[in-house]
Amino acid sequence: MPAPVPDRPATSDEAALQARFDATIAADHRIEPRDWMPEGYRKTLIRQIAQHAHSEIIGMQPEGDWLLAAPSLRRKAILLAKVQDEAGHGMYLYSAAETLGADRADLTDKLIEGRQKYSSIFNYPTLTYADVGVIGWFVDGAAICNQVPLCRSSYGPYARAMIRVCKEESFHQRQGYELLMTMMRGTPEQRAMVQDAVDRWWWPSLMMFGPPDDDSPNSAQSMAWGIKRHSNDELRQRYVDMSVPQADVLGVTLPDPDLTYDPDSGHYRFGAIDWTEFKRVISGNGPANAERIARRRAARDDNAWVTEAATAYAAKHAS
Amino acid sequence: MSADLTSEGGHGAVPTGPEVPVAPAPALSRRDWPLYEVFVRGKRGLNHVHVGSLHAPDDEMAVHAARDLYTRRNEGVSIWVVQAADITASSPDEKDPMFAPSGDKVYRHPTFYDIPDNVPHM
Ligand SMILES: [Fe+2]
Ligand SMILES: [Fe+2]
Repeated sequence: MPAPVPDRPATSDEAALQARFDATIAADHRIEPRDWMPEGYRKTLIRQIAQHAHSEIIGMQPEGDWLLAAPSLRRKAILLAKVQDEAGHGMYLYSAAETLGADRADLTDKLIEGRQKYSSIFNYPTLTYADVGVIGWFVDGAAICNQVPLCRSSYGPYARAMIRVCKEESFHQRQGYELLMTMMRGTPEQRAMVQDAVDRWWWPSLMMFGPPDDDSPNSAQSMAWGIKRHSNDELRQRYVDMSVPQADVLGVTLPDPDLTYDPDSGHYRFGAIDWTEFKRVISGNGPANAERIARRRAARDDNAWVTEAATAYAAKHAS
Repeated sequence: MSADLTSEGGHGAVPTGPEVPVAPAPALSRRDWPLYEVFVRGKRGLNHVHVGSLHAPDDEMAVHAARDLYTRRNEGVSIWVVQAADITASSPDEKDPMFAPSGDKVYRHPTFYDIPDNVPHM
């Protein structure tokens, strides 16, 4: 793994620009699109924002699979609104990435070609309807932990997109938890279905926060730039502490025999995470990687005629 | 491998190291819809405020897309869209010398003037 290259100003002009950039960051002010910024800052942000956008877009698929099988009109309307929100999140983020000079269609191409990634969590299949509830509770819950600090990101357009996203995520988590509460009041089979979904999604949700801090050498630079506000382990711990009492109220068991409350620190201690699985899934060998990308590719290619028709219509009416 | 993954990918950790390309490739199928900036009036009595951007084939489609994208929960009562290319900005930089002169005209602000406390209604 090559070490991150520090941005060295080449000329005195650039040194002055760098100094002003540093001062803006030090004052906790926002960097805006037309400001000078170090190349490393710009590239890191594009990677982060673009792949965050990809995660939102691919994230529509596992839940979208249940749109036609939702058990009532009420649940269907809720799920449709939730999946539509995720599309919106992706669009807000692509919009922010474009302010950095990225091209939206190019980013989609890079996703489809596998050159840019998305969150590994979306490479797991949704086997039962309880998965919809557990995704809302766990996955959107973890996303909230990640995204709330991003509302203070040093890059203005990203921070503003995150504020908009965070306002919507709360609905996502609550509808999932409410769905699970309803199932837990149902038959023994329904309760077993919830527990099974919890068992399958808990560990992948903890992996959403990324590798442990001692395995994240680039974090320091991102912290210094104000585009990362908390370490991976800090966010993961916060998430575990929030989730345990929620599991208790719901009446499910989190699948970790080592999960214990540590009264001295006030935190829940949890077992070892299987990072080999994480590595396997994010590098393309999860249960649903190929399916997710194939569907995204089909959406681009099969709908190209709509794009072309709209373009032709616009051209005809412009004259 | 895991070295460059950060939780700051929002919906889960994503790699942020140099192995992830960012430079736009010369496109074969780049679509040529223009970029529109979107402004929303949150409610009567407020100004239209910039909320983001989108691509659309024409002005009318841009308004429809803006409605779906930025006002799913009564966030607005009116939308403006304008092609980004049609916006003229003060300068290429947000911190603009154009605004420097107003910094030393403190006498334009009411706080510049000392008025005794016993003067009412001022
Ligand atoms: Fe989202
Ligand atoms: Fe969400």
